[in-house]
Amino acid sequence: MEKIEHANELALERMLGGDPILVDVVPASNAIPELAQNMILHAGPPIEWERMCGPMRGAITGIAVFEGWARDLEDAEKLAANGTFEFHPNHHFDAVGPMTGMTTLSQPMMVVENRAFGNRAYCAINEGLGKVMRFGGNDAEVLNRLRWLRDEFGPALGKALRHIGGLPLKDLTARGLTMGDEMHQRNVGCSSLLMRALAPAFAETSTDAATLPRALAFLGGNDQFFLNIAMAMGKAIMDPVRDIEGSSVVTAMSRNGTDFGIRVSGTGDEWYTAPVEMPEGLYFPGFTDDDANPDMGDSTIVETIGLGGFAMAAAPAVAGFVGAGAASDAALTTHAMAEITITENPEWTIPALDYKGVPTGIDIRRVVETGLVPTINTGIAHKKPGIGQVGAGVVKAPMACFEAALRGLADRLNVS
Amino acid sequence: MSKIVNDIRTGFFLDSVALMRISRTVAGLDGVEEAALMMGTPTNKNIMRDAGLLADEGEAASGGDLVLGVRADNDAAANAALAHASVLLTAPKTNSDGSTQWQPRSLRAAISNNPEANLALISVPGDFAAAEARKAIRRGLHTMIFSDNVPVADERALKEEARDLGVLVMGPDCGTAVVGGTPLAFANVLKQGNIGIIGASGTGIQEVSCLVDRFGGGISHAIGVGGRDLSEEIGGITTQMAIEAFEEDPATQQVILISKPPSASVTARIMEQIAASKKKYTVCLIGAASMKMPANAHQVTTLQDAASQTVFGSIQTSGDNDKDIPILPEGRKDFMGLFCGGTLSAEAQLIFQEGGISVSSNAPVPGVSRPESTRDLGSIIDLGADEFTRGRPHPMIDPTVREDVLTDALRQPELGLILIDVIIGHGAHDDPADSIVKCLATLDGERPIVIGSVTGTEGDPQIRSSQVAKLEAAGVKVASSNAEASRLAVTCLQRNN
Repeated sequence: MEKIEHANELALERMLGGDPILVDVVPASNAIPELAQNMILHAGPPIEWERMCGPMRGAITGIAVFEGWARDLEDAEKLAANGTFEFHPNHHFDAVGPMTGMTTLSQPMMVVENRAFGNRAYCAINEGLGKVMRFGGNDAEVLNRLRWLRDEFGPALGKALRHIGGLPLKDLTARGLTMGDEMHQRNVGCSSLLMRALAPAFAETSTDAATLPRALAFLGGNDQFFLNIAMAMGKAIMDPVRDIEGSSVVTAMSRNGTDFGIRVSGTGDEWYTAPVEMPEGLYFPGFTDDDANPDMGDSTIVETIGLGGFAMAAAPAVAGFVGAGAASDAALTTHAMAEITITENPEWTIPALDYKGVPTGIDIRRVVETGLVPTINTGIAHKKPGIGQVGAGVVKAPMACFEAALRGLADRLNVS
Repeated sequence: MSKIVNDIRTGFFLDSVALMRISRTVAGLDGVEEAALMMGTPTNKNIMRDAGLLADEGEAASGGDLVLGVRADNDAAANAALAHASVLLTAPKTNSDGSTQWQPRSLRAAISNNPEANLALISVPGDFAAAEARKAIRRGLHTMIFSDNVPVADERALKEEARDLGVLVMGPDCGTAVVGGTPLAFANVLKQGNIGIIGASGTGIQEVSCLVDRFGGGISHAIGVGGRDLSEEIGGITTQMAIEAFEEDPATQQVILISKPPSASVTARIMEQIAASKKKYTVCLIGAASMKMPANAHQVTTLQDAASQTVFGSIQTSGDNDKDIPILPEGRKDFMGLFCGGTLSAEAQLIFQEGGISVSSNAPVPGVSRPESTRDLGSIIDLGADEFTRGRPHPMIDPTVREDVLTDALRQPELGLILIDVIIGHGAHDDPADSIVKCLATLDGERPIVIGSVTGTEGDPQIRSSQVAKLEAAGVKVASSNAEASRLAVTCLQRNN
């Protein structure tokens, strides 16, 4: 018992001691030397082609064509089915990706460095809303956008970031919380702050009069731009918290559209998985919950660091997705999450709760003890590949993951 | 032919989620195929166009405009939907009444919500009660364990640890406590005063405390120690801590100790501690033989005597024993006792034994046999015993448990007398007297005598005098205490034999 308490103290020290900075954009091949031809990193715990959901398959065939490993989508599908591609979780290579989370050789990856510990984490650039690869989109429009991100926007963003010496993210996140962001569903505050911080640098480093307006328009037109940065920040903060013997703190939560997986500090790289749950939410016109894909993405790394569903009290509107939808219900979610976490983050506070800090450090013991699982704010993809986002809502992490993790931790500590 | 209509509100902003909720409502209206309210950004217009909701007005909207789009069976339905959407948009917000409060799900959260709390009450299945109690005592909380079926080894370990930590464990199987005037679990509303109670029995504490209250005294605290505390295995840990606590309490001048007889070694230890006390003690060990008492202590044999000894300094009997002794109906010689309170049924058995009336019981005191069945005549039944409460609520909470048995008993032609207890207060049913009255009302013609007592106070939600009045109106002979009711029953049976 004491061993776990001490281990968790260390875990929280590392979590809260992180200093994440958005420093650069580099091709994935630079960031992740292990990447190779025919190797595709995806969101969530490990999964094989046969069990992948529609949007995930759509994204994989799309990225294969993008990288030139397949002639067209049909060809890509055959190659995927016959085992030509190697699939790995983003998490295994210091990366994260929202929804389908495709990471391959030539993708431009944003780099977040945790200056307190020297580790780095990577995430691709948010494509925007609508028909995009993260929702399984894979047509010409999607691939052209990816090309533009790779060849024009990514490098421009990288130059701007290097020019300012990197963008510190903790304070920016704190400000966003006071502006109605929770960094999963709501990122417009942080995205705007980022644009303010970078626009001059974009202008100063731009060498081509046509590039600058396109870059700024893209940045300014995407309310969710900061999501991917928040995710990389989450990964950068949590990676040093891994592998603390005896710690019951969750270091990662992630989904691949089929399985939900968690990792716990005291059980190292072990994934504890269970079937994902269906989100409960609201749909765009023309769609219903019959169209919904099950829960997907590495974006739950955001909840893992106390944001997203955990900080729902900062973004009351999001409570409107569930049930009666009173804005005051958002505070209840944050209070519920306080039951399953070890402490509050003194640097990330919520004005509406009298500056209560976001609930930080998910303790698997508390999850099992209280019966309360992490609440996650998420987008909802269409279950068929290529169609895109159909709604948004709230989803719960499966209790089975936490029960299995608790047993796993007990085994490691030789407790019956 | 579907009709698409649009309405545009310029300079109107509402959060997308709020708009989605309204959209869902409007889409559900009669005759509406699809509906959406969205801000007129290019992306949103794409979504609405793809959904077949955009007409010319919508196409012309800009990002700062709110677009209402409806597709319906006909004009009438479409316009009605738009009108309804308008209403929803401008409806005054019902003020949520200061938001629903978060109900803590863990001890930790409960304590951080209420840092002044110093007592936890635990009522969970027995298998888990010790673990929860351990959490509570380690956080410095006095702990009342209502749960039963807790292994005795767990009770021992818990009480030893609590003793080291300086907190009381009341229980397991502790149904009654009153701390600082606050009734806990099954307990009554009592006048505050200088009399403390330490009880290994719930209904024992209830009967004594209510009689103290009726006699004009007041209670400082009533500490339940749990049914096994004075056993050899537990050794009276909580009892001894309670005696010490009362010793240090300036508000307490006298203490009443209630228990069935403990083992010899435990009794000796307790009596030694009492002898060293500066407070006056009344010791009620139900069914014990007479013992040598130290100078500051009196021994009594009934719960009523415990109350009167403490309040009046002597044992009193109420005068009603000699007049109005009821006469058993012709040819009916047998009796039955149907009790909700375990200790009250024990007290009744002892009084019957003393009176030479042969009795059996499912919860027998020493010297009493068990009946063949719980419907046997000549038995005093504790309906709160385990065999009746498996999967059913306790008869104090749910009177129907007793109603079935009582209704059957009333129809037994040889039955001349029924003895009952009626326990009110917090935790008990709203109107236990009503249950008895209902059963009696189903009878025509000749019926047994019903004698009973009401354990409770005027301050209780059910109001004692009101319960007594109901029972008397239905022909029940209500005595002033369980002991008096039992003595009355004995006298009645003696005279008729």
